[in-house]
Amino acid sequence: MYNFKNGKELINICKEQDKKIWEVMLLREVKNSERSYEEIFDQMKDNVNTMLIAVEKGINSDRKSISGLVGGDGKKLKERYLNDRTLSGKRTLKATAGAMAVLEVNASMGQIVAAPTAGSSGILPGVLYMIKDEFHVDDDTLVKALFTASAIGFVIAKNATVSGADGGCQAETGSAAAMAAAALVEVEGGTPEEALNAAAMTIKNILGLVCDPIAGLVESPCVKRNAIGATNALISADMALAGIGSIIPFDEVVEAMYNVGKSMSPTLKETALGGLAATPTGRRITKEIFGE
Amino acid sequence: MSNYSAFEIIGPKMVGPSSSHTAGAARLGRVASKLVIGKIEKVEFHLHGSFAKTYKGHGTDRALMAGLLGMKEDDENLKYSLEIAKENGIEYQFIEDDLGEVHPNTVKFIIYQREGKDVEIMGSSIGGGNIKVIEINGMKLEFVGQYPTLITKHLDSPGVVSKITKILSDHNINIAFMSVFRQDKGQDALMVIESDNKLDEALVEAINTSSENIKEVYIIEGL
Repeated sequence: MYNFKNGKELINICKEQDKKIWEVMLLREVKNSERSYEEIFDQMKDNVNTMLIAVEKGINSDRKSISGLVGGDGKKLKERYLNDRTLSGKRTLKATAGAMAVLEVNASMGQIVAAPTAGSSGILPGVLYMIKDEFHVDDDTLVKALFTASAIGFVIAKNATVSGADGGCQAETGSAAAMAAAALVEVEGGTPEEALNAAAMTIKNILGLVCDPIAGLVESPCVKRNAIGATNALISADMALAGIGSIIPFDEVVEAMYNVGKSMSPTLKETALGGLAATPTGRRITKEIFGE
Repeated sequence: MSNYSAFEIIGPKMVGPSSSHTAGAARLGRVASKLVIGKIEKVEFHLHGSFAKTYKGHGTDRALMAGLLGMKEDDENLKYSLEIAKENGIEYQFIEDDLGEVHPNTVKFIIYQREGKDVEIMGSSIGGGNIKVIEINGMKLEFVGQYPTLITKHLDSPGVVSKITKILSDHNINIAFMSVFRQDKGQDALMVIESDNKLDEALVEAINTSSENIKEVYIIEGL
């Protein structure tokens, strides 16, 4: 009754039952796991808490990663939105700084929630942190937002991939950003269709993005790709809430993303053999970290 | 085309930076810890493939040791595991090695105990924090650690397997998956039973004393 294979089926269930995406996803979980609504809700609440703790920890820290390559940039961006006239606005930068902070915590062996992966774990916490702080939404709303996000992630994982090694960064941070965009739309009172439009536009905006981590580590450019993922989610959610649709429907965008990922060279899928990892500077840093 | 749970998309809670190189490594360490009976004197970690090349940057070394000390993959003390090992007088060595035709993220633990025999266990981190154990004390086998698992080492002889399954049924334990891995006819064999139910020490005792042909019994809680 609550099971779906793609975005179209999800929308149909939402319409037939007059429910939001988060509710369908939660009831699906109840049905499939045979656990109680409350138990499942509380488990997701624990994920919200872990995410927000990671933001707070990272955004106030200069701690460097194990390799020394990243760390402290979330805090720098926070100091700018607190003290300076910014170009992109305080809310955008707050979400962006939060996203960077969590990836920095991840890179320094701190606790995070894979969302959907460790390498894309900053984007959802970043946007949740911003809406909690700016719009004073309660924690239950944030839990619902994560159920909306997981529905989008589920459709992508089922029909394509959320792994950089399989589909490039478009599949990894792209999925996280699409999940965040749809979640933001539902929190802001948008319809399920608008949520899917936001998710579709988010992926379209970064279609083809490669996974080229320096030295193969989840550090650079991952921290900044999470930053732009959070920004992408905000802009796409705003576009959808303004009534702007995606010309290509969500399910077809997911399929296109999968096909682009499949035709991508293996050197651009988490192997650290291409892209930024293969630049002279990328290679020099790799040697410095691992030796010859 | 899997029917993912919401918590496979948002989750697991873990210590970074990598589900395969950190969380999976900690889980492998935790499985290895279950084979240790006494105090550990020294551990050699033989690292293969991507584990060998990138272990420092991913904290794979710290994760492997943390698991061996019993920590879970979301434990924030994971990053201090090497210091904790030192404080407890455990010597350790990380060795880049070629372990043959195995998954790129593979490790072989050689654990020297203060009392009792040395333990060898080899396993791979196969993605998303999932693992597979492929060898124990030089004998091939395969299990994933998601279920409570019973491992027995016994002499390949008639009736041993039925004795063990009888004890399980007496303890009201349901078998989900079961495999026997004989190394050579009439020689040692390993049996792996993955169960739906929690396994306890009373079961180990009952199996250990049921036949002279049963040499070693281990239980590994589900990860």
